[in-house]
Amino acid sequence: MQSIIQVENLSKVYKTGFQALKSVSLDIRKGEIFALLGPNGAGKTTLISIICGIVNPTSGRVTADGHDILRDYRQARAKIGLVPQELTTDAFESVWNTVTFSRGLFGKAANPAFIEKILKDLSLWDKKDSRIMRLSGGMKRRVMIAKALAHEPSILFLDEPTAGVDVTLRRDMWNLVRELRANGATIILTTHYIEEAEEMADRVGVINKGELILVEEKATLMKKLGKKRLTLELAEKLDRVPDALAPFNLAIGEGGTTLTYSYDTNAERTGITRLLQGLSEAGIRFRDLDTEQSSLEDIFVSLVSG
Amino acid sequence: MNYHAVWSIYRFEMARAFRTVMQSIISPVISTSLYFVVFGAAIGTRIESVEGVSYGSFIVPGLIMLSLLTQSIANASIGIYFPKFVGTIYELLSAPVSYLEIVISYVGAAATKSILLGLLILLTASFFVSLRIEHPFWMLLFLVLTALTFSLFGFIIGIWADGFEKLQIVPLLIITPLTFLGGSFYSIKMLPPFWQTVALFNPVVYLISGFRWSFYGISDVHVGVSVGMTFVFLAICLAVVAWIFKTGYKLKN
Repeated sequence: MQSIIQVENLSKVYKTGFQALKSVSLDIRKGEIFALLGPNGAGKTTLISIICGIVNPTSGRVTADGHDILRDYRQARAKIGLVPQELTTDAFESVWNTVTFSRGLFGKAANPAFIEKILKDLSLWDKKDSRIMRLSGGMKRRVMIAKALAHEPSILFLDEPTAGVDVTLRRDMWNLVRELRANGATIILTTHYIEEAEEMADRVGVINKGELILVEEKATLMKKLGKKRLTLELAEKLDRVPDALAPFNLAIGEGGTTLTYSYDTNAERTGITRLLQGLSEAGIRFRDLDTEQSSLEDIFVSLVSG
Repeated sequence: MNYHAVWSIYRFEMARAFRTVMQSIISPVISTSLYFVVFGAAIGTRIESVEGVSYGSFIVPGLIMLSLLTQSIANASIGIYFPKFVGTIYELLSAPVSYLEIVISYVGAAATKSILLGLLILLTASFFVSLRIEHPFWMLLFLVLTALTFSLFGFIIGIWADGFEKLQIVPLLIITPLTFLGGSFYSIKMLPPFWQTVALFNPVVYLISGFRWSFYGISDVHVGVSVGMTFVFLAICLAVVAWIFKTGYKLKN
């Protein structure tokens, strides 16, 4: 698939000496939803800020839709919309004025019909004349999105888009993002909510301590690194795992009433049949069983803590 | 040139001034009117005319210049500082706008407001004292150049400042004293010779002198020197602004 953003050996060292990015290289594909995950201070916002022109890179190169972000900054930036992490708005402005201002700032002629459509799509139409300071946090977040969409960008960066919004609004935003993608936009989002990435992303990148440690298709990632767990609810309490079952690395649950077996779903043999046979031979009976797939969150935690 | 962006920023800044009309326009006009009442009508009648111009009329160019300098700096500095303070600067920095366009729009809006204010004060003054403008072209030129130069200076202060205190320091501790000591209320020829020489190190002397010359044809220094010095200040401010954007000083780091 065609790349729309190319990051080559990008590094950033702040004046304090802190190295926020260490030779990061990344390709974002046209039309995808890319989730950038990482703990606080990992370099997510620095990476986005450099691509959007807010922070100067120390070294490296970035292109947006083939345009160098420094040399051809006008063409590059015109393609990009940014919803920053903080709710930074002109508190005294009206919703309509601030969104119209954003469109003009990005070099587009006034288009009231288009602004009206955005505000209606984001359920802001009845608030168009309200001052931003009078809006709730969720509404302000929508205004930020409306501002980012006002110049019809083909690439949209969402830096923690659902931080501090309620569950309903979060679902609405996920739907909006999907709709934008369906209309051809490329979406790059950073999030602390792994659930969000799991729900929406096509591909996932994990950044930690300024280094991009992994970029993978979400499905492949979960398949490759995801483990499955089989939990058996025992009929009788068990004090220790019999030696004959040691090769299965079973974990006894609290109170000795459950046994958990982790296995690789991609392995040629999962070992479940042999385990059940072993249990039977050891005279261990169970009342129920349950299997559970590890989440993206489990994978993320194991990656950044490993 | 991104004309839409320049116009958007300019219009946004002008709208801010009209939204805060009390602070931006009415307050400076009232302050200046009080100066006329105190120095023109009350004390001025007891002071002899200066080089053939009544004291009340003599102080008009200085008072306009006082407002022009302080308001140009205040308008431009708050214009760029406020987005930094509330965080909306991200939008400006991520927009396809050149540094020149940013400066034109912010400084243009600040200078426009100051010029309008200067003209408003001139109108107000005409209700208190008799006025004549011998060189209207030069009067307008000084008005525009000074507004532009000090709006650029204010823009620099707005970038440099990282708190409201810093935003106030330069106008309060440097510009206001320089303006008061720069001949707003007197001709530097009235000073002893030593202090006349010292006064020539005050850049505001050249601005007020040239501006007063455009009104009454009297000046402390030759008008050519005043124009030259104004251009020198303008060039210095432009150079500093160019450096700020080239390095990203306090904006992109």
